Amino acid sequence: MNKIFVVLAGACLLGGGIQAQSPNMGQISGNFQIDSRYLFPDTLINAPNVPEKGVLNGWGQLNYVNGKFSAGVRYEAFMNPTPDIDPRYKGQGFPYRFASYKGEQLEIRLGNCYDQFGSGLIFRAYEDRGLVWDNSIDGFQARFTPRKGIYLKGIWGKQRAFWTQSAGIVRGFDGEININEALDSLTKNWDARIILGGSFVSRYQIDQDPTYELPVNVGTWAARANIMWKRFSLYAEYGYKINDPQDGFKINNKYVYKPGQALYLSATYSQKGLGVILSAKHIDNFSFRSDRTATGTAMFINYLPALTKQHTYILAAYYPYATQANGEVGAQAEVTYKIKKGTKLGGKYGTNVQFNYSVAHALDTVSLNDTVRLMGYTTKMGRWGDSLFFQDINIEINRKINQKLKLNLVYTFLRYNKNVIEGKANYPIIDAHTAVVDVIWKINDKFTLRSDAEHMFVTTSDDNYFTHSSHGSVVDFGHWVALTEELTIGEHWYVAVMDQYNYGNYESIRRIHYINGQVGYMRNTTRIVVGYGKQRAGIFCVGGVCRFVPASNGFTLSITSAF
Amino acid sequence: MKKISTLTLLVVFAFTAVAFRIQDPAQKLPAVDVKTLDGKTVNTSTFANDGKPIIISFWAMWCAPCKKELNAIAEVYADWQAETGVKLIAISIDDARNSPKVKPYTESMSWEYEVYLDENQDLKRALNVNMVPHTFVLNGKGEIVYQSTAYVEGGEKHLLEVVRKVAKGEKPE
Repeated sequence: MNKIFVVLAGACLLGGGIQAQSPNMGQISGNFQIDSRYLFPDTLINAPNVPEKGVLNGWGQLNYVNGKFSAGVRYEAFMNPTPDIDPRYKGQGFPYRFASYKGEQLEIRLGNCYDQFGSGLIFRAYEDRGLVWDNSIDGFQARFTPRKGIYLKGIWGKQRAFWTQSAGIVRGFDGEININEALDSLTKNWDARIILGGSFVSRYQIDQDPTYELPVNVGTWAARANIMWKRFSLYAEYGYKINDPQDGFKINNKYVYKPGQALYLSATYSQKGLGVILSAKHIDNFSFRSDRTATGTAMFINYLPALTKQHTYILAAYYPYATQANGEVGAQAEVTYKIKKGTKLGGKYGTNVQFNYSVAHALDTVSLNDTVRLMGYTTKMGRWGDSLFFQDINIEINRKINQKLKLNLVYTFLRYNKNVIEGKANYPIIDAHTAVVDVIWKINDKFTLRSDAEHMFVTTSDDNYFTHSSHGSVVDFGHWVALTEELTIGEHWYVAVMDQYNYGNYESIRRIHYINGQVGYMRNTTRIVVGYGKQRAGIFCVGGVCRFVPASNGFTLSITSAF
Repeated sequence: MKKISTLTLLVVFAFTAVAFRIQDPAQKLPAVDVKTLDGKTVNTSTFANDGKPIIISFWAMWCAPCKKELNAIAEVYADWQAETGVKLIAISIDDARNSPKVKPYTESMSWEYEVYLDENQDLKRALNVNMVPHTFVLNGKGEIVYQSTAYVEGGEKHLLEVVRKVAKGEKPE
C-alpha cells in the first residue's frame, strides 16, 4: 500500500511540475482532512475508556482532470476510529478510486461511483464525510443523453461496506425526460414545465438460508413526475419493492415477505417575500440494502430522508428524527415570509419569519397471523396509525436591528418517541420545549461576538409515566441550558466557549456542566481547529437511521484543506 | 509499524498539497452538470459573465453561516453588480430532505442570484468542497483566483475587496 502511495504522490508531483509549464497536461486538485482526539475516560458522563487514548480519522483525495478524462483516488485512515463512528471502519487504505470519460452525450465511469435516481427513493450512493458515510458503488456507471431533454443512467457494481464490499450486486437504470427541453418547438408557449422519470434497481444476493427460501433477485421500481406551473411546483414519486425478507425487519422474529411501497409528495408555492412547502410521505417496508443481513445504518441502497426541519442550534437539534424505513406516515408544512423593510413590523431592514410543522406516525396496520406466506400485516395507503413517532412545531424569527446587531429567535415544541426512534423501551413520549436567542454583535471592523443562549424544558404528557423525583425532570436527561460565546477576530481567527448544563437531570450527581473551548484558524481553504472539553452524548442521523455518539472528554484537533 | 507508515503517508500527502499550493496553477472550473430550480440540466462550462468576475458560493438549507452570508450579500448585491459587474452563483448541495425547500426559500428571501442544485454532489466533489460555506471567485477568464471556507460577520466586505481587485485584473491577496 505504502509503495502505491509513494508512486502515486511522486506521479502527482511530477504531473504538477509539468503542468506548470504546459497547460495541456491537465489539472490536479485535492483535499485533505484529519480529525483526531486525545480522550480521557469519565465515568460521570459515561465517556468510555478508549485504550488507544489517541484516535484519528483521516482522508486525503487527489483528482486529476485533463479535458474529457478524469481520475481520482482517496486514501482513508481510521487508526483507530473515533468512538462515535462504526468500529468496522478501523483500518486504512484506498477505498475509493475512479477513472471517467465525459463527452458531449456520453459519460462513462469505472471504479467507485456515486449517483441518485429521482429523490433517492430507491437509489442513492453518496459520501458525507461529516457523518462518515460512504456507500459508493464499485463498478461501472454510464450517463447518456441521446438528445436534448432525455437523460439515461445506469450503474452496476458492489457497494462499499467499510473495508470490504457488499454481499449483493446492485444494478440500476434510470430514465428522465424533460418534456419542455425535448419538445421545445411544441412547448415553447407553455406556461407549464413537465419532467417525467422512472427507475429500476435490483439486488442479486445468493440464498444460503437453511430454513427460508429467500429471493436472490430483489427488484424495485419507481416512477416520478415534476410539474411546474407559474409559481407552483408539484413533485410526486412512487416506489415499489418486491418481497425482500431481511434481518433489519422481522415481526415476531420471523421474516416478512410482504412487498414494500413508498409514496412521496411535495408541493411548493414561491414568490418574492413568500415561500410555502407542503409535503407528505407513506413508507411501508421500504428499507432496501445491498445485503439482506445488514442492520443498523449499514448498506442502504435507497435514501429516505426525514420530512422535518433540520435544526442547527444544539439544543433544538437534541432530539432529531429519522425516517422509520419499516413503516411510517408523515407530513410537513413550512412557510417562509419576509416582512417588508420600512414597515412597522418589519423594521428598517425587514424581518424574516419561518414557521414549520412536521409530524410522523406509525402505519395503520392489521396484523396477519400468516405462518405460511409470512405476509406480516396489511395496511392502506395514507392511513395514519395511532402511535406518534415525532412531531415538531417551530418558529424562527430573524431580524437585523442595526448595522451592529442581528437577532435570531427560535422556539420549538417537539414530541419524540424514543422507543421507536432509538430502539429503546419504556420511555414515554418526550415533550421538549426549546427556546433559542442568538445575538450577533459586530463590535468593530475586527471583532464580532456571537452569543447563543438556549433552554430546553423536558416533560411528558403521559399520565401513566412513573415519576419519583420532586427535583428536575425524570424524563430522559431532563432539562438543559446552553450558552455559547464565539468571538471572531479579523478574517482568520475565532475563539469559542460553550457550556451545556444538564441542570434538570433527576440524578443530582449528573447535573453537570459540559464545558468546551475551541480555537480556530482559517485561511483560504485551510481550517485548523483545536478544542478541549466535555462533549455530551447525542444522536446524529444519516439517511433515515440515527446513530448514537457517546459522551467524551479530551482534546480535539481537526485540519481540513483543499488545493 | 503500521501507524508510522500511515503517518508517513499523511505527511507525504500534506507536502504534496503544499507543493501544489505553491505552484498555484490557474485552476479552471470543471465541466459538470447541475440543475436549475426548474429542473433544467446546465453544464458549468456555460457559466459566464462577459469577462467580469463570478462568485460561486456553495451553501445548504441547514447551514446557518451560509444563509447569513448570502442574505447579507443580497442586501448589497445590486451595488456590487453596478460597481464591479460581478455575478453570484449559489450552488445548493441539499439532498432530497431539503432540496424542495430551496426554491421557496431563495425566492422568499428575494435572492437575485443564479441558484443551482448539485444534489448528486458532482460539482462539490470536483471542486474539493469538504464543507459549506465554500466560496470561489473566478476572474474574467474563468480561472479560480480566490477561495474561502468560512463566513465571519461582515466577511462580505472582504469578499467585495477581492472582487474589486479581480475586476481590475489584479491578484486578490
